[in-house]
Amino acid sequence: MNILRVANLSKAYGGVHAVREVSFSLAAGELLALIGPNGAGKTTCFNMLNGQIAADGGSAEFEGRSLIGLKPRQIWRLGVGRTFQITATFASMSVRENVQTALLNYHGRLNSVLALAERLYVDEAMELLARVGIAEQAARPCAVLAYGDLKRVELAIALANRPRLLLMDEPTAGMAPAERVALMGLTAELARASNIAVLFTEHDMDVVFAHADRILVLNRGRLIAEGKPAEVRANREVQEVYLGTGSLFSGAAHA
Amino acid sequence: MSLSAQFIQLLNGLASASSLFLVAAGLSLIFGVTRIVNFAHGSLYMLGIYTAYSLVNVFGGGMLGFWGGVLCAGIVVGLFGAIVERLLLRRLYHAPELLQLLATFALVLIVRDFALWIWGPEDLLGPRAPGLGGAVAIAGREFPQYDLFLIALGPVVLLLLWLLLTRTRWGTLVRAATEDREMAGALGVNQAWLFTSVFALGAFLAGLGGAVQIPREPAVLTMDLTILSDVFVVVVVGGMGSIPGAFLAAVLIGVIKAFCIGIGNVSLLGIDFSFSKLTLVIEFIVMAVVLVFRPWGLLGRQQGIPRGAAAVEPPLHLPSRGMFMALVAALALLALLPLVSDRYTLVLLTDILVFALFAVSLHFIMGPAGMHSFGHAAYFGLGAYAAALLLKHAVPMELALALAPLGGGIAALLFGWFCVRLSGVYLAMLTLAFAQIAWSVVYQWDAFTGGSNGLVGIWPAPWLSSGNAFYYLTLVLCAAAILLLWRIVYTPFGYALRAGRDSPLRADAIGIDVRRQQWLGFALAGVFAGLAGALHAFSKGSISPDTLAIPRSVDGLVMVLMGGIQTLTGAVAGAAVFTWLQDVITRQTEFWRAVLGGIILLLVLAFPQGIAGFIRERWEARAGKNRA
Amino acid sequence: MLEMKGVNSAYGRAHILYDLSLSANRGEVVVLLGRNGAGKSTTLKTLIGLVPPLSGEISFDGRRIERLEPYQIARLGLGYVPEERRIFTDLSVMENLEVGKQAPRADAPRWTPEKLFRLFPNLAGMRERPGAHMSGGEQQMLTIARTLMGNPRAILLDEPSEGLAPVIVEQMAKTILELKQEGLCVLLSEQNLHFANLVADRAYIIEKGHIRYEGSMAALAANEQIRATYLSI
Repeated sequence: MNILRVANLSKAYGGVHAVREVSFSLAAGELLALIGPNGAGKTTCFNMLNGQIAADGGSAEFEGRSLIGLKPRQIWRLGVGRTFQITATFASMSVRENVQTALLNYHGRLNSVLALAERLYVDEAMELLARVGIAEQAARPCAVLAYGDLKRVELAIALANRPRLLLMDEPTAGMAPAERVALMGLTAELARASNIAVLFTEHDMDVVFAHADRILVLNRGRLIAEGKPAEVRANREVQEVYLGTGSLFSGAAHA
Repeated sequence: MSLSAQFIQLLNGLASASSLFLVAAGLSLIFGVTRIVNFAHGSLYMLGIYTAYSLVNVFGGGMLGFWGGVLCAGIVVGLFGAIVERLLLRRLYHAPELLQLLATFALVLIVRDFALWIWGPEDLLGPRAPGLGGAVAIAGREFPQYDLFLIALGPVVLLLLWLLLTRTRWGTLVRAATEDREMAGALGVNQAWLFTSVFALGAFLAGLGGAVQIPREPAVLTMDLTILSDVFVVVVVGGMGSIPGAFLAAVLIGVIKAFCIGIGNVSLLGIDFSFSKLTLVIEFIVMAVVLVFRPWGLLGRQQGIPRGAAAVEPPLHLPSRGMFMALVAALALLALLPLVSDRYTLVLLTDILVFALFAVSLHFIMGPAGMHSFGHAAYFGLGAYAAALLLKHAVPMELALALAPLGGGIAALLFGWFCVRLSGVYLAMLTLAFAQIAWSVVYQWDAFTGGSNGLVGIWPAPWLSSGNAFYYLTLVLCAAAILLLWRIVYTPFGYALRAGRDSPLRADAIGIDVRRQQWLGFALAGVFAGLAGALHAFSKGSISPDTLAIPRSVDGLVMVLMGGIQTLTGAVAGAAVFTWLQDVITRQTEFWRAVLGGIILLLVLAFPQGIAGFIRERWEARAGKNRA
Repeated sequence: MLEMKGVNSAYGRAHILYDLSLSANRGEVVVLLGRNGAGKSTTLKTLIGLVPPLSGEISFDGRRIERLEPYQIARLGLGYVPEERRIFTDLSVMENLEVGKQAPRADAPRWTPEKLFRLFPNLAGMRERPGAHMSGGEQQMLTIARTLMGNPRAILLDEPSEGLAPVIVEQMAKTILELKQEGLCVLLSEQNLHFANLVADRAYIIEKGHIRYEGSMAALAANEQIRATYLSI
C-alpha cells in the first residue's frame, strides 16, 4: 500500500524552477532513493515534504493527509521521522537524554516543571538505542561521539515517534565507506522489520545500489528516470548527467 | 502643521540623521568583520566630541582651526580605536560573544571616568562653525547653514564607504573576512592588519560623528550610553552589517523623531497627547515594528552562525551529594549570619540575595534557553513598581509582594511574544528596546509612577520591619525561588528549552514548538525577576526609574558572565562578587567606574570561563589527577 | 617538499594527532585515507597553521613553518582548499578569485582568471554571479580556483569529492591530474577509495591520529589485509 503520494510537486525561486511537477509514490517498507546532480532540486523536493519549504503547487499526501502547508513539527506528529545531512543533535545532552527528549514530547510530557527528565522513559530510550546498536554509549555526551555513531543517535531519535515514514537527507554524508553501507543496511533492516517507508537522498552509489528498492533521478528540477537500480544504472541519460563512467562505484550491484 | 513647517522638520531630521549614520556605519563595519558588538562605540563618539572641543580651543576657532580640529578629533579617536584593538580586543576574538561584550562594556566605564578626569563634569558647548554660522531662508523660515552641511555629509560618507568596500581590494578582503575570516587567513590575508584597520576606520567614523556635533550639542558625560542605544537601533533597523541599511534607518529615525518634536502637543478626542515626549521611545517603537515584519532589519540578511563561534555547552549533571551538602551549609551560614553581623552587612547581604535572584532569572533564559537579554531590568523594575503601586493603592504589603511578580511576568509575556521571534544579537537588541520603552513610560508618567522622582515610602509591613525579619523573608523567598529555577532546568520543560538552544532544527523535527517554549521560559524568568524587584523595592523603601534603566540590565549581564554562563551556580557567585565590589569601590573612590571596568577586564582576560566556571575547572582537574 | 615530523596537535583539550610524520614531493599526489574523526582534516589544518601544533616540526620547501600564522604559510606558496567548500557567498566569482590572489612565483605555475576559466569552463560563464547562487559542484570548482590564484607550489585538498555527483567527481579527478602535470605537490584527504585510486600516487592511512600505513596506491590495492583492517573494505 502506498503511504506517500506526491503529485506534480513544484517550486520556483524568482522565476527559476527548482522543482517541476515531480510525481511519485512510496509504499510501506520500501526504500526509495532520490539522486541527481548538485542543484537538481533534491534538497528542495525533500524540504517540501518535511515542511521546511512551502510548495508552490502540486500535492503530497501521507496516509491520505496533505502535508502541504504543515510545519515540520506538525508533520512529525503525523508519524514522520527525519535525519539531517549534517547531524543535528542536542550537544549539551547525553546520547540517552537526546532520545528521552524526543520521547518526552511523544508522550506529551514536555511542559512538566516538576519531574526530573533524566528519570523518565529510560527503558524505552535504552531499547531504541539498542536497536541502532549504540546502547553502550548511552551516557556519553553527544559532543564527543564519533560521526558515524552520531548518525545512529539521529536514527534512534527519528524512531522515537514510531514513524511510518522516514525522511533521510544524505544519511551517509561524511562517513567512511564501510560505515555507510552498515548504516543503510541497519536502516533497511529496521524499515522491513517495522514496515517503515524510507525516502533518502544520497551521493554514494555503492549505498544506493546496495539498498534502494527503487530510484528516482532528478535533473534540473524534473524527474528524468525512475525504476529498479539495474534499470536506472543502464539509463543513458542518467549516466550522462549523473553517474559518469562508473569509475566511482563498485562493479557488482547487490541484489 | 503647515507645509513649510513640515519641510523644515524634514531637513532637521536629515541633519541629525547624518551624524547618527556616521556612528552607526562604524559600528556596523566593526561588527561585520570582528563579530564584536562594540558597546564602547558610544564612548568613541563621546571622545570625538570632547576631543574636538579641546582641539578647536587649542587651534583657535578660525576656518582651519575649526575644521582641522574636527578632522583631527576623528583621527585621534581612530588611533585610539586601533590601540584598543591591538592591546585588548585582539585577545578576545576567540572568546564567546558575550565576553567580548563584557570587555567592551568595561571600556565604557573606563572611558567615562577618563573623560570625567580630563574634562570634568560640566557640559561643554563648542563654538559655531566659521563660515557656516549663519542661517539661510528656506520656505520662508530660517534654517542653520551648518545643518545643510550635515545633510550633505551623510550621503557623501555613504558613497565613499560604498566605493571603498566594493571597488578596492581592501574592501573585497573586508567583505571576505566578514563572511569567513579563518578562510581569508588561509588564503594569505593578514587578518590582524585587516581587523586593526577596520576597527580604526569604525572608530574614526564614530569620532567624526561626534566631532561634527560640537556646534549643535554640548559634550555631556552621559552621552555615551544615550547615543549607543540610538545607534544600536539604527544598525538593527537597517540590518546588522549593511551600510546602506544603516543610512536608510538613520534617515528614517532622524526624520520621524524630528516630526515628533515638530508636532508637539496634540489634542485628540479630548485627550492631550505629547508627541515631543514620544521622542524618547519613538526609535524603539520603530525598531520593534521593523523587527516584527523584517526580523533581519530593512536591508539585512539572516546571520549565518559564524564559523567556530558556536561554543558547545557542557552536559548538565544533577548536582552531586557534595554539592548538596555545600548548598545546605551555605544556607545555614546565611541563616546564622544576623546573629553576628552588623546592620550594614545585613543590608548588603539583602542586596546580594535580591540580585542573586535577578541574575539567576536572567541566567535561566540566557543559559539553558540561549536567549541573550539586554533588557532584563524591565521585569525587575516593573515588579518593583507593581509592588509600590499596589501598596500606594491600599493593597496590604503581603498581598502586594505576592502579586508584584505578575507585573514582571505579564510584561515579559507581552514583550517576549515579539522577542522570541528573533535570535542572537537581534533578540538582544529587541529586549533592550522594550526595556527602554518601559523605562520611558515610567519616567514620563508623572501622575501614576511619580516620574523621574519615583515613589517613596514603600516599607514592609510592621511585623517585617523589625529586627532581622525582612532579611529572613528575603533569604527564604530568594533561596526558594533560585532553587525552583534550578530545578526547572532539570525537568522536561528545561530540556525542551535546552533542545531549542542546542539545535532548533532538530527540536522542530521532534515536534517541539521552540518559540512557544522560549516564550513561556521568558515569561517565567520575568516573574522571578519581578519578585526580585518587589523585594528590592521593600528593602529600600523607595524606587526610581533607575530600577529599570539600561545600566541595571547591564549589571545583570555582568553578574551572569562574571559568574560564568555555563554553570548554574555562576549567576549567584557573580551577583555576590559584583554587588560587593560595587559597594566597596563606590565608597573608596570617585572614579569607581574605571576601577570596576579594570576589574571586569582583568576577569575577562584571566578567567574567561567565569568565577564558578574557573572553580569547576580546577575541581575537575584535581579530580582527574586523583583518578589517574 | 612538504614534511611533518613527530607532530602533535590538539583542539582545545582533545588531543587529535600523535607523533605524526609524513611527506609529499613536487609533482606527486599523496592521499590521506581514514575514517571520519581519524585526524585527516586536522592534519591539513595543522599544515596550513589553522591548528597550531603542540610539538614537532613542519617544513615546506626547506623552511620551518610550524610557528607561522596561516596567512604567512599561504604566502609561502602553500594553498589550502577546505572541506565543505567555504566560498565567500556574498562575493562574485571574480571577487572570490581576487581574495586568493598573490604575487607570481618564479618556481610555480602562474594563474590568471583567464587561465583558470580554461581549467574550469563552467565558471567562465558566471564571473559576476554571487557565490550563493552557485551549485555545489560549481562552488567546489571555485574553491580550488580561488586557491590557485595564490600561485601555490603545493596544495592541500580536504575531501574534495564529498557530496558531489559522480560525474563532477570524475571531472575533479581530471583537474587534479592536470595540476600534477603542472608540477604541483598535492596532498588530499579522502574517504572515497574509488576517487583516491583515480588520482593518487601514494597513500597514508591515518587512524585515531596515528599513521598506520604508508605505501604506493598499487601496494595498497594489493594489500587486502590493510584495507580490511583500517578502511574495512
